[in-house]
Amino acid sequence: MSQTVAERIAAEFGDMVYGTSRHEFTGQWRVDVKRDAVLPVLRFCHDTLGLHYLADVTAVDNLQMPAPREQRFEVIYVLENFEARDDLVLRAMVPEDDPVVESATAIWKAANWLEREVYDMFGISFRNHPNLIRILLPENFDAHPLRKDFPTEGIGYRDRFPIISREDA
Amino acid sequence: MTDSRSSPVKTPEIMFQGRPPGMPDPIMSRISPPDPDTGLVLLNFGPSHPSTHGTLRLVIELQGERIRKAWAEIGYLHTGFEKLGESLKYDQFIPLSDRTQYLSSISNNIGYAKAVEDLAGIEITERCSYARVILAEMSRIADHLLCTGMQAVDIGAFTPFLWAFARREDLYDLWETVCGARLTTSITRIGGMMRDLPDEFPQNVLAFCDKLERETMKDIDELLTRNRIWMDRTQGVGVLTKEDALDWCVSGPVLRASGVDRDARKDKPYFVYDRFDFDVPIGEHGDVYDRYLVRLEEVRQSVRIIRQAIRDLPGGPIDAYDNKSVLPPKEEVFNTIEGMIHHFELTMPGYGIRTTPGAEVYSCTESPVGELGFYLAADGSGNPYRVRVRPPCFVNYAPIEHLIEGAMISDVVAIIGSLNVIVGELDR
Repeated sequence: MSQTVAERIAAEFGDMVYGTSRHEFTGQWRVDVKRDAVLPVLRFCHDTLGLHYLADVTAVDNLQMPAPREQRFEVIYVLENFEARDDLVLRAMVPEDDPVVESATAIWKAANWLEREVYDMFGISFRNHPNLIRILLPENFDAHPLRKDFPTEGIGYRDRFPIISREDA
Repeated sequence: MTDSRSSPVKTPEIMFQGRPPGMPDPIMSRISPPDPDTGLVLLNFGPSHPSTHGTLRLVIELQGERIRKAWAEIGYLHTGFEKLGESLKYDQFIPLSDRTQYLSSISNNIGYAKAVEDLAGIEITERCSYARVILAEMSRIADHLLCTGMQAVDIGAFTPFLWAFARREDLYDLWETVCGARLTTSITRIGGMMRDLPDEFPQNVLAFCDKLERETMKDIDELLTRNRIWMDRTQGVGVLTKEDALDWCVSGPVLRASGVDRDARKDKPYFVYDRFDFDVPIGEHGDVYDRYLVRLEEVRQSVRIIRQAIRDLPGGPIDAYDNKSVLPPKEEVFNTIEGMIHHFELTMPGYGIRTTPGAEVYSCTESPVGELGFYLAADGSGNPYRVRVRPPCFVNYAPIEHLIEGAMISDVVAIIGSLNVIVGELDR
């Protein structure tokens, strides 16, 4: 009973889990997993641990992190348990050369749009996603702007629009 | 560019679509128009329809007046706040948090400030907690009033909209006395507030609460709750069952109207919410009518919280006295050398709030729309490494294609209004 949720995941999945950590001030648990284990771990959390609410799916690009990490991207799932009033951050490490993760849409329909946004902003694809197209940016946009190598000033996308003068319109 | 200017005749397709040439339509390029013999009609709804609360677009396949299938497109108001936040200081993101949710901006200011305080371990003062609770509940009232009023005006009842807006004006006036701004308030600072509440603020808020309860809430309740037309237009419309609501992970009044007892103010008590006595209204049917009832009741509960918070409002300083992470008071900055040094250490490039490199935290508050989360990652510099806004609107709007399937075309605006979509937050 005293075993925390993070320890139960670590015990269940063994070497698929890189490690668990706790935020120093809020005490929020975080579990780092290999990306192949994402769907089984999410299913285990949803079915067994009672973390039945997917609050968020997002990602972080580690390219400019001061201490280099083993993988470039991390996909983050925030799960919540209403009864136990508990939450958990699940982090999947994703390499740069093959940015693919299993989609969570099989468990939550909410993952549909959230994963589309991660795809749009980071270029991380989700396997078995029903409709993986860009959601916020236009479809012919050819970059993923929340990657750290995309300049904040943009890449001149607006300059490509034709100018229509008042006389022509 | 020169080609488009020299050719006087434009192709009608481009004029009709309203898109720059070469920009594909994500919906129409994927679906085929229905056969005219089947009687199905494809209707484009938005992006600039007046009842779409901003720039949302739906493509609807109709059989008579009934919707058979719908496709949604968003992103017209995408502004790149999350990217912009990475090149700003922690404090400088606060004005952007206003502009995501411009109808109840205070709750977003507070949500962001709480996230940074969680990340860096900053303790805020007792008075600041109470002040934030009062202001957050005021912004909840403002948002629910607007949402209910807009919903009514979308369906055709004009009067409640004017009543609700009159009270919203009073709230704007009250916020103006605190921070000088009405819409984009930027009222919080990391570890405190922009300034202390003015002396006459508590009794003005109490007077406002009395007026709200005695007049506006009573009037809206009497005009709408048992109104035959209102009930016919909203009951059984846009039903989201409890299972569906948890599957789509919606939050806020939409989730509670579907019968799930979830309120971050009760479940993860932040600030001093655990000291107040208030109820969380729960709906039963998950339709538009229940969402309206939940919002109406939440306004009354917010008034209860405000009265208790004002009764217990403690004295003392409003800003935490933590020179390494909280901006010092201006008198200190201008008159003492230490204050000036601390000010510079927080505002110069390369300096700022001290965070642990690699620290990441998810922090959520109950905003009027739903669970407003911030996922912050720190790299030890003065700027956040990654700011993720978990927008309640985005997640609440995701089931729209599912919700309007099988509904009548006139129900679409009722359903969109009941989800309380604010496009600034939807697209960020």
